[in-house]
Amino acid sequence: MGDGIGIQLAFFSCAAVAIGSALLAATARKIVHSAFSLLATFFGVAGIYAVLGSDFMAVAQVVVYVGGILVLLVFGVLMTDRVPDEFRVIAPRRYVPAVIAATLTFVGLAWAITGTAWMRLPHVKVDPGAFEPTTAAIGRSLLTDYLLPFEFASILLLVVLVGAARVARGGTR
Amino acid sequence: MGGLTLTHFLVLGALLFSTGVLAVTLRRNAIGVLIGIELMLNACNVNLVAFSRFTGNIDGAVYALFVVMLAAAEAAVALSIILHVFSHAASISVDDYTEMKG
Repeated sequence: MGDGIGIQLAFFSCAAVAIGSALLAATARKIVHSAFSLLATFFGVAGIYAVLGSDFMAVAQVVVYVGGILVLLVFGVLMTDRVPDEFRVIAPRRYVPAVIAATLTFVGLAWAITGTAWMRLPHVKVDPGAFEPTTAAIGRSLLTDYLLPFEFASILLLVVLVGAARVARGGTR
Repeated sequence: MGGLTLTHFLVLGALLFSTGVLAVTLRRNAIGVLIGIELMLNACNVNLVAFSRFTGNIDGAVYALFVVMLAAAEAAVALSIILHVFSHAASISVDDYTEMKG
């Protein structure tokens, strides 16, 4: 069990990074800080994927979220940064309903998670075994079982590209 | 997996999801709301990949890949709408977008 401690350490440090920076992203005073602490959250989640042995998803997380979505978000933040400070500061009275909603969500989810006997389900294994590369299996799956959703995804991305450019540009009606 | 069980990952996903709920309900900046939605989608992906690993079935990871793709599309469309509304209403606060009130 020499590497058991190592993988637990990796899990808990990645989880701490992800949760801590996610909390900061939710509550930071300035939206720019929020966007940049989201960077740490994405890397933490990528580390969780690595712990889970899902190599392809870890790389896709970094490439798509950090390289794409985060850049988009930072662009959006910087292009709309002409707002007065009153919209940046979160009023203390807004914390009460937000914290209640988040706590209720977590309590409900935790109740469902701890109330289910996962290990007695027929397909769930206690120890999933050694790491195997997943990229080849995902590629085979995408081009066989999931070919139709895959093609729909490419059409959706094309429509989004055209539609986003059209909407953001404004122009004539 | 060195003593890590499925529950570890599910609780992490639940924590991340609740943080996303916190961001969505707390933020009045429209981009802040978008950040909360991205947090929630990440939490769902953690769960999907964890189930994929613990059942030995690759379908969960493929599904997570589709979620990543949809998140990218959603962020692009949402930001273009936010930019458009921002140039129209000169405000980024979701409280000011009241023109579509019924």
